[in-house]
Amino acid sequence: MFRNMTLGQYYPADSILHRLDPRTKLFGTLIFIISIFIVDSVPGMLVIAAFLGAVIIISKVPFSFMVKGIRGIVVLLMIAGLFNLFLTPGDKILFHFGILTITDAGLKSATLMTIRMIVLIIGTSVMTLTTTPNSLTDGLEKGLRFLTVFRVPVHEISMMMSIALRFIPILIEETDKIMKAQMARGADFESGGIFQKAKSMVPILVPLFVSAFRRANDLALAMEARCYNGGDGRTNMKPLKYAGIDAISYVCIFVFLGTCIAAKVLL
Amino acid sequence: MSLIFDHVSYTYSPDTAYEVAALNDINLKIDDGEFIGIIGHTGSGKSTLAQHMNGLIRATAGSIYYNGQDIYDKGYKLKDLRTQVGMVFQYPENQLFGTTVFEDVCFGPKNQGLDEKEVSLRAFEALRAVKLPEEYAETSPFDLSGGQKRRVAIAGVLAMKPAYLILDEPTAGLDPAGREEILGLIKELHDKKGTTVILVSHSMEDVANYVDRIVVMEHGGILYDGTPREVFHYCKELEEIGLAAPQVTYLMHDLKKIGFHVDTDITTVPEARDAILRALGRKE
Amino acid sequence: MNIDVNTNINNININIIEAKNLSHEYIVRDEEGNVENIVTAIDNVDISVKKGHFISILGHNGSGKSTFAKHINALLYPSGGTLFVNQMDANDKSNTLDIRKSAGMVFQNPDNQIIASVVEEDVGFGPENIGVPTDEIWERVEKSLRSVGMWEYRKHSPNKLSGGQKQRVAIAGVMAMEPECIVLDEPTAMLDPNGRKEVIRAIHELNKKKNVTVILITHYMEEVVGSDYVYVMDSGKVVMEGEPRDIFSKVEELKSYRLDVPQITLVADELKKAGVNVPDGVLTREELVEALRGIRATEV
Repeated sequence: MFRNMTLGQYYPADSILHRLDPRTKLFGTLIFIISIFIVDSVPGMLVIAAFLGAVIIISKVPFSFMVKGIRGIVVLLMIAGLFNLFLTPGDKILFHFGILTITDAGLKSATLMTIRMIVLIIGTSVMTLTTTPNSLTDGLEKGLRFLTVFRVPVHEISMMMSIALRFIPILIEETDKIMKAQMARGADFESGGIFQKAKSMVPILVPLFVSAFRRANDLALAMEARCYNGGDGRTNMKPLKYAGIDAISYVCIFVFLGTCIAAKVLL
Repeated sequence: MSLIFDHVSYTYSPDTAYEVAALNDINLKIDDGEFIGIIGHTGSGKSTLAQHMNGLIRATAGSIYYNGQDIYDKGYKLKDLRTQVGMVFQYPENQLFGTTVFEDVCFGPKNQGLDEKEVSLRAFEALRAVKLPEEYAETSPFDLSGGQKRRVAIAGVLAMKPAYLILDEPTAGLDPAGREEILGLIKELHDKKGTTVILVSHSMEDVANYVDRIVVMEHGGILYDGTPREVFHYCKELEEIGLAAPQVTYLMHDLKKIGFHVDTDITTVPEARDAILRALGRKE
Repeated sequence: MNIDVNTNINNININIIEAKNLSHEYIVRDEEGNVENIVTAIDNVDISVKKGHFISILGHNGSGKSTFAKHINALLYPSGGTLFVNQMDANDKSNTLDIRKSAGMVFQNPDNQIIASVVEEDVGFGPENIGVPTDEIWERVEKSLRSVGMWEYRKHSPNKLSGGQKQRVAIAGVMAMEPECIVLDEPTAMLDPNGRKEVIRAIHELNKKKNVTVILITHYMEEVVGSDYVYVMDSGKVVMEGEPRDIFSKVEELKSYRLDVPQITLVADELKKAGVNVPDGVLTREELVEALRGIRATEV
């Protein structure tokens, strides 16, 4: 069930986007998300979509891969879109059939919302597809380092995140094994109502938690054995360094933000 | 009763990150009361084969018959099959979840829909069968040692009273004494209760001393199927594919090469000793 | 001028590990926190390991061998006795980091000691922790991965590796810290026969080629064959010690300590009991064949 999740999967290729510092990409994604919600006109959204299209081409990741993330929620999008289309009250009525009414506001709202969702998902995928999980956590650690002033344990959080990413596939495999073992004892995860199904999760969750704690214990010992002592004094094997392309990217990001604000004001 | 594999194949989708070994046209018949070892190294398909036996994995081609019934028939209850063909996974202690040992062992029979009295009876019987002292019934399974936990997990499957028992690497991670204990237990189950036992392992030496029949798997297919003596006859070929016959078998081959009159199909230490004594002209 | 002979680290006869009367006890408490039991995991253990040697510590589960191993890497502290690791006192907690740099440890579960999602990053974890500069980290990573034969896999995810490969990566991760000795706590217990062979071969190579002192904790007798010295533990005590040949000849005693003896050694022992003049402590098939050939020649 979980095996086909492509969320957060890295697609190796050699593009400018892949070579950018992860902090640049994180910042760019943040600004992108903000811009999606600033702009509220359909032409404005189309400008954003065009920008995204250009970024996708630069990333050298095949479009089919990008679209994979959408596939899961296409139905949800359609339902939400249809609701918006038929239930938004507006001034001009464009279409009327029994209880179904499509107003101009409804049409705009539905189109806007649908484009927004698609662009949001694809936009964030671009980041995870072009950045390895570890560079992401490195980027977050270095980028958010200023928070240590406020006693936020940035290094520890980043370490936890990268360890979690490392163990996700292992825990998924373990869940599968536990499920099979319980099924071999006649466990049934399909039948029954919600209450029954929740109860049937206990034989999976308890062993999984026990196992996860045991792993954490072992891992902590292994880390200590290799002289792990928190973030102080640690050097970095792959230190993050800004390069020329990052500077150019930052300029582009700000230009993009400016354009979106202008679009909102003018369009 | 018997378990029959008829031209069974299994192919997996290659674009998932977690590979499952394929099976290639497997034809196998397991009769009641047999004690079989399925040997192969990691990736040979032995665990995949085992998981077909109780319907956890569904074949992509071919049929499997248990007791004459096609398990892929519409309306066939795989859930019931699993109580007849019990399976103990590798490191079975990882599946324990009950607040007490007793509660965990009851899980299987409860899922069979038996009444409370029968469930308790079976649980106690199973714990006795794995030689776990009664005082442990009310302790938390997480307070037990590794070996004890494993026995509780095995009891959990035995409590369903399966006619067939499949054990995947039952000695994994155990020390020599622990290995002997578990294998001895399994042999007792076979000899005293008549359970058909199928041991899946990559350890030839463990298996050779206990089973009546060995099935060697390689690349998803059955390479050899016969008695231990028959199979170890191919000790050179076995070594080539990364498995090995017992050390004594190779010893006999070496001795034969330098002119000793010994039987090269020997697989156990007592046989080896006797053969060498005979070859030296001594009394046994 | 004071010359302290004991601090001459070029003296190859120094003991890199020196444990005397080493004990470790811990308190078992019940649910209310009351003392239920005091467990003596290791009891007055005397073990010494010469620099550059390959020694094995055998014992069944619960014999105390793993507890002893954890002291060498300062993961556990003694409750009695002394332990010197590379001449540093393990009772002095300020030595902990230096001891851990000197004595690396590889554990039983291959997955639970790999921290990063890319092989090369995991091997670099140790050097990063001790503040090695970036360029040097890369040098060490390459050296260590090559020394265990895993350099081609440096960009791989550990999830796709076999058990034996994962353990080799773990060994490389420890080697990257350039320790004087490595302790391996049952490194092959969760591996299949091929994986076991891979790992044992790798550590023998490290011992021979890089002169790293190796301490192998195991319950598989066959792995002990190439060691310079063997200790057998039971109930927290050292009950047997000697060269492999001496130990292997005491079949009955080994069995009493719940240890398995390789089939070849058993056959030799049985033949000896039946009056055949085989030598003591036969370790390999070749030895036994040669011995029998010799015996036949004398009788013909």
